[in-house]
This record gives sequence, structure tokens and C-alpha cells, in this order.
Amino acid sequence: MTEVKVAKTLDARGLYCPGPVMETAKAIKQIQVGEVLEVLATDPAAKPDIEAWARRTGQQILDIQQQGGVTRILIKRVK
Amino acid sequence: MGENKKLSIIVFSGTIDKLMPVGILASGAAAAGYEVNLFFTFWGLTNITKQGIQNQPAPIDKNYEKFGPMMMQKMQEMKYPMWYQLVEQAKEVGEVKVYACSTTMEFFGIKREDLANFVDDVVGVATFLDRAEGGTVLFI
Repeated sequence: MTEVKVAKTLDARGLYCPGPVMETAKAIKQIQVGEVLEVLATDPAAKPDIEAWARRTGQQILDIQQQGGVTRILIKRVK
Repeated sequence: MGENKKLSIIVFSGTIDKLMPVGILASGAAAAGYEVNLFFTFWGLTNITKQGIQNQPAPIDKNYEKFGPMMMQKMQEMKYPMWYQLVEQAKEVGEVKVYACSTTMEFFGIKREDLANFVDDVVGVATFLDRAEGGTVLFI
């Protein structure tokens, strides 16, 4: 897999719904269009919730990985 | 871009077990780009006064009171925000309006300046229905 350049990392570990989604919504505004946000979360709802959030807000999920109890999500800011 | 969705909640209840879902739904929806309208009326309204905010957490519904201490302790352990902090965060990330019911204010003798800072306006039912039109409406 080609290396993705991460512009910003959001550590949302330990936050519960709707924390990870809300912090993601804030963090995406802090990067430029075309850049990638990395989100780390432990909330079991983080994966479906951030997928739904991305669909709703028109952002692009590049990759989702589960490592132990941590979900790592790469989101490209599209708009 | 999806169609502009809307979530409107009539916040009637004043107990913490009802106010928490208001905060969770409002902030989750706001983060996902929904327009959110919160209309606080009756027992809900008494929680959005400056004094009401200081008295948080609000009591728990009598039907669930045996779960109250366990729930509050768990929320503290989780460092979970109080419901009105979720509303404040919702206003930071999205388009959220908080309305106070004018009739209820008269019932309880509450003045505009008694209301918490995150309250946008004092309105009546016609305004609320107009803002809520075309979206999902919940009565909590």
C-alpha cells in the first residue's frame, strides 16, 4: 500500500459516542482540502459512526484498521 | 452532498435520563451536518436557566431511580460530558438553535436574562413548527 501522508492526527481514544464523531468534525476543519486526517478511537461505535458521518458530510474514508481495541481511520478532506 | 437534513427535539422532560439523550442526539446530529433545533418547554425549560445549569445533574426519573447512582458514577468514570456541555459542543461544530418556550417562561416566572447563554431565542410553537418543518421531530 502506498504511504499516505497524514496532515493531522486526532487522538480520540477514551472518548465515547458522540465524542469521536464530534472531535472528527472539528479536526477536519483544521486541515486543508486534499489533506488526510488520522483518527484513533477506542469507542466500538467509532467505525460505523465515522463512516456514516463521512457519507453525510461528503468526506472520503481512505482506510480503516482495527489494531487491538483501537480503530485507526484515515479520512481525506474532500470539501 | 446529501440533502440538508434536520433534527428537531421538543425537550419536555427535566430529568437527567431524558436530558442526556437530548445532548447526545443534538451533538451527534450537528457533527454530521444536520440542522438541529431544540425547543425547551415545561420541565425541560427549567434546566436551561443559569440556575438550572448550576443544579446539574438534574434528578433522575422516579421510574429509574434505583439505577441513578450507578449511572452517575459510571458517567464520572467515563468523564462523560454533562448534557448541556454536549449542547454547547454541538453549537460549536454545527448549526444548532436552542429555543425557550415563551408560555412556559411565564408559568415559571422565568425572564430572558435568567436563561443560559447558549439559548438563542424565546419563541412560541408556530416558530418551532416552522423551523422543524420537513425534518424529524422528537418529543423527549
